[in-house]
Amino acid sequence: METSNINPPLWLLAELTYRCPLQCPYCSNPLKLEGSESELTTAQWIDVFTQAREMGAVQLGLSGGEPLLRKDLAELIREARALGYYSNLITSGIGLNAHKVADFRKSGLDHIQISFQASNEELNTWLSGSRKAIEQKLEMAREIKAQGYPMVLNFVTHKHNLDEVDKIIELCIELKADFVELATCKHYGWAFENRAHLLPTREQLERAEAVTNDYRRQLEAEGNPMQLIFVTPDYYEDVPVACMGGLGEIFLTVTPDGTALPCHSARILPMTFPNVKTTRLDQIWQASDGFMRFRDNAWMKEPCRSCANKTKDRGGCRCQAYMMTGDMYATDPLCSKSPDHHHIEAAVAQAYETKPVAKPILFRNPRNAKALQTL
Amino acid sequence: MSLKNCVPSLNPMYRLQWENYQEAYVLLYPEGMVKLNGSAGEIMAMVDGKRDVTAIATALSEKFPEAQGIEADIVEFIQHAAEKEWLQLPADAVQAP
Repeated sequence: METSNINPPLWLLAELTYRCPLQCPYCSNPLKLEGSESELTTAQWIDVFTQAREMGAVQLGLSGGEPLLRKDLAELIREARALGYYSNLITSGIGLNAHKVADFRKSGLDHIQISFQASNEELNTWLSGSRKAIEQKLEMAREIKAQGYPMVLNFVTHKHNLDEVDKIIELCIELKADFVELATCKHYGWAFENRAHLLPTREQLERAEAVTNDYRRQLEAEGNPMQLIFVTPDYYEDVPVACMGGLGEIFLTVTPDGTALPCHSARILPMTFPNVKTTRLDQIWQASDGFMRFRDNAWMKEPCRSCANKTKDRGGCRCQAYMMTGDMYATDPLCSKSPDHHHIEAAVAQAYETKPVAKPILFRNPRNAKALQTL
Repeated sequence: MSLKNCVPSLNPMYRLQWENYQEAYVLLYPEGMVKLNGSAGEIMAMVDGKRDVTAIATALSEKFPEAQGIEADIVEFIQHAAEKEWLQLPADAVQAP
């Protein structure tokens, strides 16, 4: 392994379950809902953590779905700590309580990230499908800070909540967040199905970013260490970005059933990804087709192949290319050089449409999952 | 109060640990990592919330007897680390040495 020029995975994202009590329409999870029967066991997860740590992984994301639905979460946290990981619990906060927050701390959990849908009850309820969600989230955010954790608050932003970014930031100041992620919705999974309902206009984004910049100045002037992270959406960029800092460079995702992916969306691609139940992680990382295929630039077609930016943007997102063109080797359509760029232009034009979207918004729940399967 | 007499402590936002794979000390924080260079890592590893800056310098001189006259460099790094908010200094610490 010493002679290999492949860098180790630094980040292990453990998607412990796809189950979730909320039904956000911008979820990037697969359209098919899977129950607990296909999930890895506690022992299998610990084995995955151990192998990845031996390879050099140090950041561990405990994610989902809703990871709190795993009854073995405290045990997994304890094992992760014993292995030397910095563990990040990425949760909706639903199912959390003061006792668990303390128990996880004792088990060695380093950080908790809570996702919010909006800063106000009405919108939060509509998006999450739960009337009690926002009260629970607020209570848990206060508990997390009271118990001394670093806390990240994550807001997936889109057409419906971008105009209230000032209220979102005010709420985060009140909750004493350490980091705030204002992450413009990426259109994968359910979010791709709901794109017409979610994609904001360029003006909405520019306003939101300007407001964010004003708050950054204000926070700095007040000596408030809270950091605002504004993640810009691809659709309004002319130059694509390399997926995950380059596929197979930093990130390793393991899905609830043990499938290993170089990016959490990659499962939609028409290729086979290895499973940790049958293949060792070092084999997966260093030799499997699922991780090797896009590691260099040999797969590229024109206009990528002769493009000066190819080593920087790596042709952009493979999932986006596949979803919009049906060809996973195509240039990411958001690149202005892409012959398929009109797909992006059409989506953007729709964001300016004032008529209501004909297709109803699809919340992520079993009924809608079934409807999508039979389409 | 001179910086030499103040007791720095690690910002609780961070966790410091030695990483074998990186052959370096790293600072871990939510979803991120700072890889420290050799001397920065050794200084940070001596910060325990009890030693003052002079004691940190003494401990490092004992650990690395070949490196002498390093106190000024250590003071400079501690200031830098405090500006980066990796370290916390007592509120009455003098910012200029």
